Amino acid sequence: MSVRTEEMVLNMGPQHPSTHGVLRLELTLEGEIVTKVVPHIGYLHRCFEKHCEAMTYQQVVPYTDRMDYLAAMGNELGYAIAVEKLLNIQVPERVEYIRVIMAELQRIASHLVAIGTYGADIGAFTPFLYCFRDREKILHLFEITCGARLLYNYIWPGGLSHDLHPDFERLTREFIKEFRPNLVELNNLLTYNRIFIDRTANVGILPVETAINFGVTGPMLRGSGMKWDLRKDDPYSVYHKFDFEIPVGEGKMGTVGDSWDRYFVRVREMEESLKIIEQALDQLPEGDVTSAIPKRIKPPVGQVYARVENPRGELGYFLISDGSTSPFRVKVRAPSFVNLQIMDELCRGHMVADVVAILGSVDIVLGEVDR
Amino acid sequence: MIYEFFNNLIGNEIIAGFIAASLPLLIFILPFALIAVLLERKVAGHMQDRLGPMRVGYHGILQTIADIIKLLQKEDIIARENDKLLFNIAPVLVFAGSYAAFAAIPFTSAYIGANIDLGIFYIIAVTGLVVAGILMAGWASNNKYSLLGAMRSAAQIVSYEIPTILVVLTLVMFTGTTNLMTLSENQSAYFWNWNIFGGPELGLAKFLLIPFMIIAFFIIYISTLAEVNRTPFDIPEAESELVSGYHTEYSGMKFAMFFLAEYANMFAVSAIVSALFFGGYHSPFGYLGNTFDMQWLIPVEQFFWFTFKGVFFVFVQMWLRWTLPRLRVDQLMTASWKYLIPIAFVNLLIVGIITLI
Amino acid sequence: MKEYFNNIFTALYTIFVGMKITFRHLFIPAVTIQYPDVKLKLPERERNRLYVNMDDCIGCDQCSRACPVSCIEIETVKSVPGEDLGKTSNGKKKVLWVTKFNIDFAKCCYCQLCVFPCPTECIYMTDVYEFSEYERENLIYDFVTLTPEEREQKKLNYEKFMAEKAAADAAAKQAPKEEPKKES
Repeated sequence: MSVRTEEMVLNMGPQHPSTHGVLRLELTLEGEIVTKVVPHIGYLHRCFEKHCEAMTYQQVVPYTDRMDYLAAMGNELGYAIAVEKLLNIQVPERVEYIRVIMAELQRIASHLVAIGTYGADIGAFTPFLYCFRDREKILHLFEITCGARLLYNYIWPGGLSHDLHPDFERLTREFIKEFRPNLVELNNLLTYNRIFIDRTANVGILPVETAINFGVTGPMLRGSGMKWDLRKDDPYSVYHKFDFEIPVGEGKMGTVGDSWDRYFVRVREMEESLKIIEQALDQLPEGDVTSAIPKRIKPPVGQVYARVENPRGELGYFLISDGSTSPFRVKVRAPSFVNLQIMDELCRGHMVADVVAILGSVDIVLGEVDR
Repeated sequence: MIYEFFNNLIGNEIIAGFIAASLPLLIFILPFALIAVLLERKVAGHMQDRLGPMRVGYHGILQTIADIIKLLQKEDIIARENDKLLFNIAPVLVFAGSYAAFAAIPFTSAYIGANIDLGIFYIIAVTGLVVAGILMAGWASNNKYSLLGAMRSAAQIVSYEIPTILVVLTLVMFTGTTNLMTLSENQSAYFWNWNIFGGPELGLAKFLLIPFMIIAFFIIYISTLAEVNRTPFDIPEAESELVSGYHTEYSGMKFAMFFLAEYANMFAVSAIVSALFFGGYHSPFGYLGNTFDMQWLIPVEQFFWFTFKGVFFVFVQMWLRWTLPRLRVDQLMTASWKYLIPIAFVNLLIVGIITLI
Repeated sequence: MKEYFNNIFTALYTIFVGMKITFRHLFIPAVTIQYPDVKLKLPERERNRLYVNMDDCIGCDQCSRACPVSCIEIETVKSVPGEDLGKTSNGKKKVLWVTKFNIDFAKCCYCQLCVFPCPTECIYMTDVYEFSEYERENLIYDFVTLTPEEREQKKLNYEKFMAEKAAADAAAKQAPKEEPKKES
């Protein structure tokens, strides 16, 4: 005799406190166990790629900011590298170092949001505010450099819009000094908390082969045990001059590739970013940051694919130029878009509360998913 | 004392008893709920390096009054598909369950709502009304999320009543009475007479009992935390998963009733824990009334100590809420059935053996 | 069995560690400020509302072309020869009357791309950020300092001048043609 159970379709709708943005997850439940997850996206589509075809190369930069708005420096960096490859220009070394510093600061800020909101989803409200307090200091650093806190328009193809502010180095070193003990405190409060570990360990286990088959990149892939980071394996800018580790998930609190591993990879990446920033500040050369910016960007006919390691994964820009002042086609390989496919695979067999935990560990930003 | 006052005023014993049991409690609960809401927000703010409400009144003191006025003037929304009778009764039941528990808690030596001989038993029985209220609220909301929240909440409350009862049994076995008044009276004068330190009788049994009493205190504190649906057990109201669970669909005054009931429940449970283990309304150091030879001061002081202990445990509950993440449903059940109940049971046996010595 | 007690012990221990941290934070002063009463001083490179100094504007249209969202609208009128429009602050002589310079702040994305191409540095970003309006049309800021009558006047002047010039040109073209015919 078989028991007839009814399947309930639950809609974690576009308006929900835990889906990070406007994402609609259609869950098919049997009791409390999830049998299928279908993500519906497109609520934040703003036609970025179509807009670019009407703008000049210089005017595209504010638009690239707004895709992944929590990691805007990374977006701009990818685009700048792509256009510089097309134009075949060499930027001064000072520009490269400053770009690395900004990208790593942005990585810390983005991971702080990821960690804080993950804690808030699980129910711990206090670490969220501690993370945002630290993030305020980073945003202040950005504000004195280029004038904006979230969407910078700072990294231009060919250089930067402003040189560093005279107070920047002093304030950054102060920030690094204050941040290290704050990280220890955050670990004590959230990462090693038994209840948090019970909620996230052995939940959403992602085996390495599945991750590679789906094309997952970033902390998700590293959480599953694979040591792949574009900053070491396909270095761009001046990353080959710095000494830093690539943290990988080791299954300390559960199995390799569960949510706790992904979360802990992010925490350790913040520490490594601090190391990179210190080394970059020590090695910073002098120079003029605006000297290589072309007056009019009119690249020759051709195509280029440039990729950078964004906090969420590998961000790629595929630019086709037809010789005019506007790009012919800009295609963005957004990491969150590719990572979101994993939801169905990971959530099978878990409970509704775990769906929230898994979504938080995937760390998506809807601006990037929908562009 | 208050009973005689009303009896002289009205002449009818039953009505006087009724009023004496309910009116002072209402006068106590309402200002307490006001203060508790504000306290929670201020404590949350300061723990998170911010300030909490600051604009209404000096440093936000009048914030709760503003909240109440806002809730009073809100539209009472009842969806078309809701079961109207259940929808309207649910908040009343939840509030009644928490409120009725106050009747058997001794506030001072001069006032207890109703001096029932089966004090604790009555309290535990009447807090079961809350389960019925929550289930009604979840069902009548006609909302899948609310239903899920209500069912989880019912399961949670029922399974955490068992460790509570086991610990209460331990205490009853040890002190020999279920009347909260006598329990408090036994722990008179100076803190080493409190039950958590082994009780009023000096002897080998007292010192042997201390570790087991401490374990019993932790068990009952955790179980009562689950009974009032506070983090880490606040799945029914999990804001990030179910958007407020069983009271999502309520607006205006009915929502205020749920809110009020939660804070009243928190205080009731803290008061019970302090009465059982920490001496109820007795002061830890002796009375000013005794030193100055003003006997009328003693009940006032006892009231002060009673509220102080109650508010202290409420503060610890709030402290836990802002520190810990939330447990998942099955982990909650595991914690209760696999951890708390066996330990409470073993504790019961050991305390029983020691009492026989 | 050992794991059972280990679980209980780690749970209680980490809970107490967490509680100690939050308790310590109770006594740390708040990092927030009471905003409407206390306002932060913004850094010098801050990018908020734009301001245009019309005395320096030469009407070159560079800022309007650089804007990615097309929020600047400029219309200019050539000046009649003999009119003196004055000089900008870095010595350039102005030759165009600017009759329309609208910036729609509802569209502006505050990216600062219009500031860099300006040859006289007359458009720049200030630190004003509290300028919300009830009507969306009120966010279209008009920076031109001429009155509407004066703008009409400049346009008419120019059209009259062009008409006269066209008539003089036409007359000049006809006159030389006639003379050689007569002579030969």
